[in-house]
Amino acid sequence: MNWLTNWVRPKIKALVGEADVPDNLWHKCPSCGQMIFHRDLDAHINVCQHCGHHLRIPLAKRFEHLFDDGVYTKIELPRVKIDPLKFRDKKRYTDRLKEAQAKTDTGDAIVVAHGKIKGKPVVIAAFNFQFMGGSMGMAVGEGMLAASRLAVMQKAPLIAIPSSGGARMQEGILSLMQMPRTTIAVEEVKEAGLPYIVLMTDPTTGGVSASFAMLGDIHIAEPGAQIGFAGRRVIEQTVRETLPEGFQTAEYLLEHGMIDLVVPRSEQRETLANLIGLLMDGVKAIAPPPAQKAKDAAADLDIPTPEKPSTDGDKDAKADTKPAAKSDENSGEKSGAKSGAAPTE
Amino acid sequence: MRNYLDFEQPIAELEGKIEELRHLSDDGEVNIADEVSRLQTKADKLLRQTYTKLSPWQKVQVARHPNRPHFCDYVEALIDDYMPLAGDRAFADDKAIQGGLGRFRGRPVVVMGHEKGADTTSRVKHNFGMARPEGYRKAIRLMELAERFKLPVLTFVDTSGAYPGVGAEERGQAEAIARSIETCLKLNTPIVSTVIGEGGSGGAIAIAAADSVLMLEHAVYSVISPEGCAAILWGTADQASAVAEALKITAQDLTQLGCVDAIIPEPVGGAHRDIDATMKAAGDAIEAALSKLTGLDAAALIKARRAKYVAIGREGLNG
Repeated sequence: MNWLTNWVRPKIKALVGEADVPDNLWHKCPSCGQMIFHRDLDAHINVCQHCGHHLRIPLAKRFEHLFDDGVYTKIELPRVKIDPLKFRDKKRYTDRLKEAQAKTDTGDAIVVAHGKIKGKPVVIAAFNFQFMGGSMGMAVGEGMLAASRLAVMQKAPLIAIPSSGGARMQEGILSLMQMPRTTIAVEEVKEAGLPYIVLMTDPTTGGVSASFAMLGDIHIAEPGAQIGFAGRRVIEQTVRETLPEGFQTAEYLLEHGMIDLVVPRSEQRETLANLIGLLMDGVKAIAPPPAQKAKDAAADLDIPTPEKPSTDGDKDAKADTKPAAKSDENSGEKSGAKSGAAPTE
Repeated sequence: MRNYLDFEQPIAELEGKIEELRHLSDDGEVNIADEVSRLQTKADKLLRQTYTKLSPWQKVQVARHPNRPHFCDYVEALIDDYMPLAGDRAFADDKAIQGGLGRFRGRPVVVMGHEKGADTTSRVKHNFGMARPEGYRKAIRLMELAERFKLPVLTFVDTSGAYPGVGAEERGQAEAIARSIETCLKLNTPIVSTVIGEGGSGGAIAIAAADSVLMLEHAVYSVISPEGCAAILWGTADQASAVAEALKITAQDLTQLGCVDAIIPEPVGGAHRDIDATMKAAGDAIEAALSKLTGLDAAALIKARRAKYVAIGREGLNG
């Protein structure tokens, strides 16, 4: 307006310092509109304590919550060609990438980490929505491939956590090619006899939903997450009518048979651990470890054997002969009981 | 009556003139034959010049040309003993994806593809080639049939995309496409896909994750339509021409990017100007692709198919 506002005010502001009141102490819930204090948000793993709305959660925080004691190892992802099409719209794609990298501190929209959930080793491939809307380009494809290979190598289940608007347009046809590529990735996990679980978070749409995200052995979704193929606007323009209430939400997809479970964030750890146990212990039961085989053979022949030949890290596979309990040898059993999955004796 | 695209107007004028002169010569005028052949040469030259340097946006228009041959034309020209099969055995028969059994140059195959329709009635019937989940589930069903009887699969891609509708979402559009891609990649018999017009995003790749992907010279194949991309990135569809350029959607670009294995030449002026020649070229290319895949055992076939997709985009990275 004049020199007072243009010059003096900024000077004063610079002197006094605006940083006295951080602007992120309070968050407004996008669903109920109530204010949430940042500590509450943190304590509730980014779920609104007023209405239960699941806000987006930074990846680091999600990992901390999911993995035992918040301990996990991120793996380095393969390099990909930067900007293969030399794409530019209003901005250069390379600039958009740099901005996103600076903003999010991740190389691209996917992070792959491994660790344990209630004692069970898992590999997680999770999307970072902050990185260009979690869009899927070459880097994401490589990330999924790396994750699946790691899972196969570790004989661990793969958990994919998409949060993505779909394909990365700036990579053109190469982004479309990530649909078959990620499909191949999860296929490798399934063919290795390992569980592939998808935990869909807001949003899971477009090319991501139409490829690996919908190919899980089990589909879990966060409450309220938007899941679907085409965008709402596109559909509205096509059918020229208002969309049904709750269209494309996790609950809607549950109703229409596309997902198995809607699980709030606070229960996801238990659910995942329980599912993995149920899916993997059966295989273990059919193929007993070599030690057990030796014992069985010995029993048949009535020959005494050394009590405990070393197995691959089964610390407490001792003389515990209860076959049902054997699978739950880790801490998961105790807390599993807490969540209502009480073992029937 | 021939349909001319906007950029073909100069050619349209010339050919219009030729047509007029021909009528005159019917009336018994003399020395018109010379003029006609002069104009014809000029028109041919102009057509050739225009079509050798079509811009990506012009190719989009050629790929969507109302007279462009569609799936049914390919079936009629290339497939004998065609038995159309219908339905996904769960909900409905989606007419946007047609398919069935038939013989391609003597060899029994499963054939399928998007059908856009040729006039208003048939376009509505085929939903403009935009499939719903039932279409992809029919494709899956047909591929499974091919597996059982060791038949190669030929697919023809021509869709602006999967149908964005409430019912389609309700019945799992995303899952149907994902499953269809998965089925292509697991198929234990050869699969050859030909992009004959528009290869529109997920709706296209659903039946095009193939051992060999062929593409007509002026067809386009893209993750998103140029208009859609422009609307998202610029907020207006006006930039479609520039976006078409940037997205690299032509057969020539896609071959360079390793996403398309061979280009099928089109007659001068586009596939619709000489449908017989187009069919012959397509048939020859498909036969060549198929013969390379014949004799491979199922495991080798699947392994090579997957390796091909895994390798896309990696070229030049590992030394």
